[in-house]
Amino acid sequence: MKTKKNILFGLYDDEQDLLKAVKVSNERGLKIMDVYSPFPIHGLDPLLGLKESRLHIAGFIFGTLGALTGFLFLSWIFKIDWPNVFGGKPYWPIPAFIPVTFELTVLFSGVGMVITYFIVNGLSMKPETEVLHDRISDDKFCLAFDVTGSASENANAFESLLNETGATYVETKEMSDL
Amino acid sequence: MSSHVSSIREPLVFGNKSYHNITEDLVGPTEKTPGKLWLAMFILAIAVLSMGVYAVTYTVYYGIGAWNLNRTIGWGWDITNFVWWIGIGHAGTLISAILLLFRQRWRTGVNRAAEAMTIFAVMCAAMFPLIHVGRAWDVFFFFPYPNTRGPLWPNFVSPLLWDVFAISTYFTISVLFWYTGLVPDFATIRDRATGLRKKIYSALSFGWKGSAKNWQRFESVSLVLAGLATPLVLSVHTIVSFDFATSVIPGWHTTIFPPYFVAGAVFSGFAMVLTLMLITRKILHLEDYITVNHIESMNKVILVTGSIVGVAYITELAIAWYSGYVYEQFAFLNRAKGIYWWSYFGMMFNNVVIPQFFWSKKIRTNVTWTFFLSILINVGMWFERFVIISTSIARDYLPSSWSYYVPTGIEVMIYIGTFGLFFTLFLGFTRVAPVVAIAEVKSILKEYGDQYLDKTQENI
Repeated sequence: MKTKKNILFGLYDDEQDLLKAVKVSNERGLKIMDVYSPFPIHGLDPLLGLKESRLHIAGFIFGTLGALTGFLFLSWIFKIDWPNVFGGKPYWPIPAFIPVTFELTVLFSGVGMVITYFIVNGLSMKPETEVLHDRISDDKFCLAFDVTGSASENANAFESLLNETGATYVETKEMSDL
Repeated sequence: MSSHVSSIREPLVFGNKSYHNITEDLVGPTEKTPGKLWLAMFILAIAVLSMGVYAVTYTVYYGIGAWNLNRTIGWGWDITNFVWWIGIGHAGTLISAILLLFRQRWRTGVNRAAEAMTIFAVMCAAMFPLIHVGRAWDVFFFFPYPNTRGPLWPNFVSPLLWDVFAISTYFTISVLFWYTGLVPDFATIRDRATGLRKKIYSALSFGWKGSAKNWQRFESVSLVLAGLATPLVLSVHTIVSFDFATSVIPGWHTTIFPPYFVAGAVFSGFAMVLTLMLITRKILHLEDYITVNHIESMNKVILVTGSIVGVAYITELAIAWYSGYVYEQFAFLNRAKGIYWWSYFGMMFNNVVIPQFFWSKKIRTNVTWTFFLSILINVGMWFERFVIISTSIARDYLPSSWSYYVPTGIEVMIYIGTFGLFFTLFLGFTRVAPVVAIAEVKSILKEYGDQYLDKTQENI
């Protein structure tokens, strides 16, 4: 059961305006809840203090799992379970294992990483999605502050920041799923 | 922010578009009720698909005797079509993955449709190995699972089984890459939709909100998937080439096949992307997003890969001569002067001569020329696979076994039926999803929009 939050957000018409607003917000020491945009904005992540994504590590781990699965499975089949001679090749034809091992590496890595990506991003198939504003996925850039409960004291500071940096639309909304 | 932009940079988005324009133009086709043209094409595609379903059912019911495979000709139209479709699929992954790694921004105009094309092409291709075995109801034997037949494993050292793993993996990864990119675009459609459409796109977009962390992970996963998909696509067609190269048939048993097949796949794939995109951009009025610059870039790739294929052909001939091995030499003399000489001529002319037209800037920036040449290239690549497969095995070692292969009506219907499947899926795709990657095009607008480069079509 997610708790309800009060979100004060502002919409900008251009990503450059949003970047400036984030910089000003950092200068004033205001804690940004999140930034929403219709496409990735370059230069934003360090300003928000976002650490680099570790998905590639997940990809590597899953890939190693796939490689081991492929190679060990085939080795077991050829050495222990049913050793057989194919085309005069040795009982443990390692070069012949390369294609299957490689494919399983890529398969496990890709599938594992994408599933991890969906989970860490909080993505799931729901018939309803709560968004702050419908134009965010279209052409507006959103800077959002959390003003739930005790944080509402800063609401004035947040609001003046949004207005001074050129937000074209400011609203406070109650969200249960953010 | 003013960064120095090269004065030779050509726009990739025309028409002085704003971000909102991009949304409207690209989401629009999914929101309007289909017009008469789409409906007519869709009905035609379904009709052709139905014919294919009939032919496949006939084959599975009556057996491979419904085809003309006999004597030495164990593979005919079935495997020719399989390799042809798989080759076509390679362009999508190349555009999405390899061009992403090379930071070629022009990929954003065509990558979504090309990836969709890949998925549908692989579906068409995968059908052939499944039905050509005869006992199609037993194809699950291909997969290694504990069974009561020994337990019996499939032959893991055979390229035919490597194909099973390669194509399954290729299909899965392509779908994942395509869908991961589609999620933000489905969110765009969701936020404009109402009622049942909103619920459907909400589910399809997996609750995407577009937060900074979401996008950061999105870019990370796209980059790693691209890095995975690149060696994957190279490996898939290499493994398909191994179906031939690891045999002993003269004309097949040659180490040039892996690079030759991969280059040929990229070649035919790009030609098919062009054929599809030239029609799609006209009908959906997307000329501002799939621009002449995109077409020119794709033609350049076709020129390069076509030349590689041409060099491979010449290498085969040179090595056959140099080897002094009479059977290899005969294999090639037979291709040029034997019973299937017309397919060899089609292959040589369409694959070696036709792409050279793209040296001319006038031709490679001309939509009409590109359209016709791209079709010729795909026909030529079909001939190439036919030449490799049927010509070589119709005239192999023992002259008393030589025969002439002509496909039965059922085989032709199956092939045409795959076009029905492909176009049914593609037409459905254009109705349901944006044909151009919305978020990606928005992200390149400031660098490549014509108004920012001061190269609007009025002042060129």
